[in-house]
Amino acid sequence: MLNKNIYLILIISLVFAISFWIGFNVNLLPAEASINAPIYDELFKILFIIGLIIFIGMTIAVIYSLFKFRKRNDQIGDGIALEGNLSLEIVWTIIPSIIVLLIGLYSYNIYDRMGGMKELNHNHEMMTSNTQKIWAGISQTSDNEIAINNLSIEVSAMQFAFLFNYPKGNFISGELHVPVDQKVSMKMESKDVIHAFWVPEFRIKQDIIPGQPTILNFTPTKVGKYPIICAELCGPYHGGMRASIIVEEESDYNEWFNKNKKPEVNL
Amino acid sequence: MTISIDPQKTNNESLQPKGWLRYFSFSLDHKVIGIQYLVCGFLFYLIGGTLASAIRIELASPMSDFMPRDVYNQVLTLHGTIMIFLWIVPVVNGAFGNYLIPFYVGARDMAFPRLNAVAFWLIPPSGLMLVASYFVEGAAQAGWTAYPPLSITTPQSGQIIWILSVLLLGGSSIFGGINFIATIIKLRRPGLKLMQLPMYCWAMLGTSLLVVLSTPVLAGTLILLSFDIIANTGFFNPVLGGNVVVYQHLFWFYSHPAVYIMVLPAFGLVSEILPVHARKPLFGYTTMVFSIMGIVVLGLVVWAHHMFTSGTPPWMRLFFTIATAFIAVPTGIKFFNWVATLWGGKISINSAMLFSCGFIINFVFGGITGVALAQVPFDIHVHDTYFVVAHFHYIVYGGTVFIIFSSIYHWFPKVTGKMLNEKLGILHFIITFIGFNLCFAPQHWLGLNGMPRRVAEYDPQFQFVNQISSLGALLMAVSTIPFLINVFLSVRNGKGAGDNPWNALTPEWLTSSPPPVENWEGEAPLVEEPYGYGKEISEQK
Repeated sequence: MLNKNIYLILIISLVFAISFWIGFNVNLLPAEASINAPIYDELFKILFIIGLIIFIGMTIAVIYSLFKFRKRNDQIGDGIALEGNLSLEIVWTIIPSIIVLLIGLYSYNIYDRMGGMKELNHNHEMMTSNTQKIWAGISQTSDNEIAINNLSIEVSAMQFAFLFNYPKGNFISGELHVPVDQKVSMKMESKDVIHAFWVPEFRIKQDIIPGQPTILNFTPTKVGKYPIICAELCGPYHGGMRASIIVEEESDYNEWFNKNKKPEVNL
Repeated sequence: MTISIDPQKTNNESLQPKGWLRYFSFSLDHKVIGIQYLVCGFLFYLIGGTLASAIRIELASPMSDFMPRDVYNQVLTLHGTIMIFLWIVPVVNGAFGNYLIPFYVGARDMAFPRLNAVAFWLIPPSGLMLVASYFVEGAAQAGWTAYPPLSITTPQSGQIIWILSVLLLGGSSIFGGINFIATIIKLRRPGLKLMQLPMYCWAMLGTSLLVVLSTPVLAGTLILLSFDIIANTGFFNPVLGGNVVVYQHLFWFYSHPAVYIMVLPAFGLVSEILPVHARKPLFGYTTMVFSIMGIVVLGLVVWAHHMFTSGTPPWMRLFFTIATAFIAVPTGIKFFNWVATLWGGKISINSAMLFSCGFIINFVFGGITGVALAQVPFDIHVHDTYFVVAHFHYIVYGGTVFIIFSSIYHWFPKVTGKMLNEKLGILHFIITFIGFNLCFAPQHWLGLNGMPRRVAEYDPQFQFVNQISSLGALLMAVSTIPFLINVFLSVRNGKGAGDNPWNALTPEWLTSSPPPVENWEGEAPLVEEPYGYGKEISEQK
């Protein structure tokens, strides 16, 4: 009996070791290029390790049972008439409940750190002049009001393109240029069907919904060019609906901005 | 109080065609209707599988080069709709439910045999209509979710036919659900208590409650959507002041429970199969019953986890995260109980057992990614990507379809009186298991790294992994060949099975194979311990 328990403990520790090793050494995610990304990857790593422990453990249990308890040719009759074990069942109800609850609280914490719990649409000052409601996507700031007042970019999505309007420079671009390490605040609107704004390297996604302007804030942390992908089926060319976000040093960004800036048209 | 059925009223044998012809008739026999559901569902599975192959051929190269883009969207819409509404839902509910439930409750037929036949005969015309809509103006191309405004702006005829077809299929599903509830509650033979019923009855009771509660919401939603399309109303059309997010709430109020409508019956079926082939009682009967009912209740309050990126308020995201994650608890209990059922048994390693164990492994994997997806911050990155595609195929294919095959291997001897060939069956399992995992496991990586779902073209960096996935799809397509050969050969020349080849204790095995029209020659047997392995049989011998 003691021998059996030692084997059990050995196997369980081995499963944990393998899961932790894979969790820390196998990277399944793209580059981290925004403030959100490392927070996301932290959550991913934890979920990945817990998932691996459960999956490897269950798979071993099934395969082991198939081998160990397989019917040999000369055997007849049934297995043991074991109909249940209340204490065992209570254990495997309570332990998953605790794990699930902890994961839920932890992911709440992660979401809060991403700025997702900031209530934007309950604030009356958030109403724009035409009394449209503005909805909140992921944001990383408590000062959403300032963010909206200083909207740097307006995104319009349509079949099958994104357009980026820079109101301060009075120009529209097909590429999204943003300075590195600065919070970007975008107001997104759709002209026709539902689209979605997704930058995998930023770990953010927000649907762009017709009739429902949405604010999305993010802070890029790494200079480079990343894809903007439409993630909601929007028609035949959905797969081709992509744009680029170019994260650049502030000086490069200012140069690009000034080059494209148009003087205000006086009416 | 039990209603006894007058044989003359339900099944007038002289009016029913005999032999294979009865499968093409308006038969009232629950066994015939069950087989009608199964074969009809399998034919649509072949159509849906062909469409899936077309998708994987298109995705073997990064460019959109195999078919026109709008046809691609029609293909993915039809693939989803056919697999859900014409294959999985009718088969795990209609086929096995009709065949098994009357046996399990000790009845001679379902409570409403005519309603039962109507429910089945709604399926072939609506399925054919759906497939034929391709030849009108092109089939629906807004995905099986039919989100407005896309579904309002794409060609109308395809979308309207799609709505009509789904409405009819939903109606069929509701008829079936009412029938199952009535049969399980009212037609139990005298002396048979609810807590003595085989687990599949409980699963079907839970499923039917979900069907009856949630399918009408889908029907209402689709009717409103059709008004928006044909009568220019503005329920969901934002141009006319409608709200597209309301549609998503209403749609998912049905379509999330629909996942449990596809999965709970499979939970029931595997609970019948494992004890027989492991020669052990089902572990933890009572907790299994409560976890089914827990899944039913929780399953009704998790729908908004499909909408985490749709601009839902933060408190709602939090509530649906916790509710969704908690479904893992009753589901987990069931999986631990099945492994405990295997533990200490005398397991026959046959096709039915292998497909059931494949189900456990695949479903645990899909369940783990499901708990991850329930977390809002996790979902925001992978929502609408191939990660989600991989996740739900692990649930509905790796889970439910594996159990459909397991059930076919298990009950084929009962239905036909012939055994299926075990070597071909094990070959079928090996190719399916490898093909399935090769096809869908790599898709998790694709989604995490930036490939959205429902696209005909993608970043060339994903080509190699997509080709692995397509290779897996090819294996899955090939895996149906040994299965079909096996079925056709065994129906004609299979080894005789006898009445009870597995020495099973559930009531359907206590009659001849195939069973007579009224299920038993004499009175229905009273089976108080459907899982009494290790007790009665050893005493009898």
